Amino acid sequence: MFEPFMVNAWVTASIVAVIAGVVGFFVVLRGAAFVADAVPQGAFAGAAGASLLGINTLVGLGLFALAGSLGIGWLSRRARRDVATALVLVLMLGLGALFLSFTVEYSSEIFSLLFGEVLGVSTTEILPVAILGAVCVLAVLLLFRPMLMSSLAPESSAAAGISTARMELIFLVIVALATSLTLPVVGALLIFSLMIGPPAAARSLAASPMAAMGLSVVLAVVTVWVAIAASFETNWPIGFFVGAGGAVCYAAGRLLAWWCTSRNRRVSGS
Amino acid sequence: MSSVFRLLFAPGFFASSPVHVALVAGGMAALVSGVVGTFTVLRGQSYSGHALADLAVTGGSASFLASISPLWGFAGTGVIAAGIMDMIGIRRPRGRDLATGIVRGAGLGLAALFLYWDTTSTSTTGAAVTILFGSMFTIGSNAVPLVVGFGVPALAVIAILYRPLLLSSVSADVAAARGVRVRLTGLACLMAIALAVSLAAVTVGAILSTALLVGPAAIALRLTSSPGRATVAAAVIAVAMTWLGVVLAYDSFTWPPSHDGWPVSFFIVTLIFVGFIGAQLTGRARRVNG
Amino acid sequence: MAVTMAVSDSAQPGEISGQVLAVEGVSVQLAGRQILDNVCFAVGPGELVGLIGSNGAGKTTLLRVILGLQPVTGGRVSIGGRAKGRGLVGYVPQKIQLDPDMPVRARDLVGLGLDGNRLGIPFPSRQRRLRVDEMLEAVDATRFANQRVGNLSGGEQQRVMIAHALISQPKLLLLDEPLANLDIGSAQEIISLLAKITQRQQVSVLISAHEMNPLLPVMDRVVYLAAGRAASGTTEEVIREDVLSALYGHHVDVLHGHGRVLVVGHAGDGFEILAGDETAAAPGHPDHSADGALSGLEIQQ
Repeated sequence: MFEPFMVNAWVTASIVAVIAGVVGFFVVLRGAAFVADAVPQGAFAGAAGASLLGINTLVGLGLFALAGSLGIGWLSRRARRDVATALVLVLMLGLGALFLSFTVEYSSEIFSLLFGEVLGVSTTEILPVAILGAVCVLAVLLLFRPMLMSSLAPESSAAAGISTARMELIFLVIVALATSLTLPVVGALLIFSLMIGPPAAARSLAASPMAAMGLSVVLAVVTVWVAIAASFETNWPIGFFVGAGGAVCYAAGRLLAWWCTSRNRRVSGS
Repeated sequence: MSSVFRLLFAPGFFASSPVHVALVAGGMAALVSGVVGTFTVLRGQSYSGHALADLAVTGGSASFLASISPLWGFAGTGVIAAGIMDMIGIRRPRGRDLATGIVRGAGLGLAALFLYWDTTSTSTTGAAVTILFGSMFTIGSNAVPLVVGFGVPALAVIAILYRPLLLSSVSADVAAARGVRVRLTGLACLMAIALAVSLAAVTVGAILSTALLVGPAAIALRLTSSPGRATVAAAVIAVAMTWLGVVLAYDSFTWPPSHDGWPVSFFIVTLIFVGFIGAQLTGRARRVNG
Repeated sequence: MAVTMAVSDSAQPGEISGQVLAVEGVSVQLAGRQILDNVCFAVGPGELVGLIGSNGAGKTTLLRVILGLQPVTGGRVSIGGRAKGRGLVGYVPQKIQLDPDMPVRARDLVGLGLDGNRLGIPFPSRQRRLRVDEMLEAVDATRFANQRVGNLSGGEQQRVMIAHALISQPKLLLLDEPLANLDIGSAQEIISLLAKITQRQQVSVLISAHEMNPLLPVMDRVVYLAAGRAASGTTEEVIREDVLSALYGHHVDVLHGHGRVLVVGHAGDGFEILAGDETAAAPGHPDHSADGALSGLEIQQ
């Protein structure tokens, strides 16, 4: 599995995992699981539309991810967040269904868009993905403290001069970017497994935010590597292993955390 | 008047048998979704509904492998998943969303596997599309008794648990103090959601079933404050939009680009979305005018 | 350290049957901590009793015990002489699910107080509607009867919840921190409403609060909760330095002034207000020194 043509896959997957781990940290922190789930599914519609029009799927992905993300942000100010998200998401998917119905040969394309494709990113695309990924990660790291504050204590951060609305907007854009980059490899339906499982596990295990983010990235990378290897060996879709991996991460994290707290309680002698 | 009629209803609409099935099955699914959906939104469980829909995908793809009707697969996994979600359920909404998301991810991963086996082992190539985006014109008339069979229990649960559900949604403590089995009531509601989602999945596809579950309910909640009226309104809106979607989809068989018809699910979802935006705007206008 | 602070009117075995609520030696232990320690008190018919204690003193736990939602590690509760008080207790929680989207109007919520635990769909009967209207009138909520509960102000919601709890004609009404999030005006309205209710409807009322001063004019008796232990009796009997010092386990001062009472303890070099009037604090400065002080005390113990 270390053949030259697979190097591509390993590199992209690692990039993807780092992005997911970093952005996922804030997704979990802000309780935005549903949003991070909805945006890639909307992006799927963009990819379908793009392939219909014969343009680069990444462009379609990106546009729809952004539109979906901002749409959710706009609508959530008018309606409850979960309902708004659900409806924007579903509208996007409906459009995706429409675009797909216009193409002729589409079964395998749908499949790889939804469930991931190890070789989803071609060699020519690695560089732009890497650059955009770096932009994403850098943005998060730069804005780490204000983002952290506005996620944990919205009112006090407003007093400190941090605009929660602007942070929310930036967050949505970052999520849109991250999902567009990660979707071709992991699949629309399973991106967020990668964005939720490892960070959730990291959160249970690490005490400080920086440590949690670091751990989140490590876990995400490990998950993706295992997924690639397993997918390569069995020929089963990579999405399966990512979904399972995310669940394993989460379960392991919670079990470990529970075991630690019960051990502490026993030590301190109730 | 009759020319408008002919404009709306393409020739052969009322005679077509698949259309009859679509109207009945779709109508029933919409009715159940509207009613159950009202309580889903009321309890803030839209995400659980969405998760159940995706888990239904797992069941649907499994049922293709086993060559049984997808509705069994949808409903079966839906009910099991609802049970699991309730079991690992956590009190705080954030924790619940996370756990739900993880279960979803695992389920979808499994679905990926099943669909992969579907395409490689059996010869059904369109499995993914059917499951994910629905197949209202192709379900076949033997699906109708199944749809009714699953729909009636879901409606019954809501009717029977109407009051305890309302009370426990306002305050779980007060409900518990009055002797309501809050946990059990919640589980029953989740099961009803699972059934509603399965029905919607058959008609508009698992991925889009959330729209049917949440959309009409959300619209109804903008229009009225009374719980009873909201439930009825949601059901009416859901059925109306589904039927209109069927009409438009049938009409679209003559439309470009492929002259093969646009998907029904697309129409229904778009109608719901438009309805939602409309309800939002009128709601705001009403508040502005006092 | 089981100090039974029963000053007067506490539950003597022979008097239980006459009491609406009798709490006998209730102890609750949670996660290794003693939340309630041998709490004894009783509430008679038509009495308005204040359950006073700072946040974290165990008030909500005690209320949950009375409601049957929290198992005890010792002691028992009887309501109207019976062990299970279902149907005899009305409960007004501190918070309810407040979504403005929720299609539940004030009148729906009050109606649920009649039959919210029964299965099936409510039959829209004229009689039911009349009773709901009556109750809404009694709490002065008629003008917003058809508005969504989520859109009401704190005070208005409180009144609807009181109506909800009263409509089933309970013998005992429990309110968990009803005044906590209200401005002074609304708080006064609720207090006079509750006083009116005890008189008119012959209901006993138990109100938990961390500020006792607003309740001083209307309380018949007080149950003071500190460090899991309780002292019950009239305000003169309980709010005294010797009684409260024994309760806290260390010396506290009780200051009276301008018709208000302040309970002050000593911590380190300075003093901390243990129970007093938060309205004395400047607006916009939520003064939670009471909580901090008490938790500090518990650690020292």
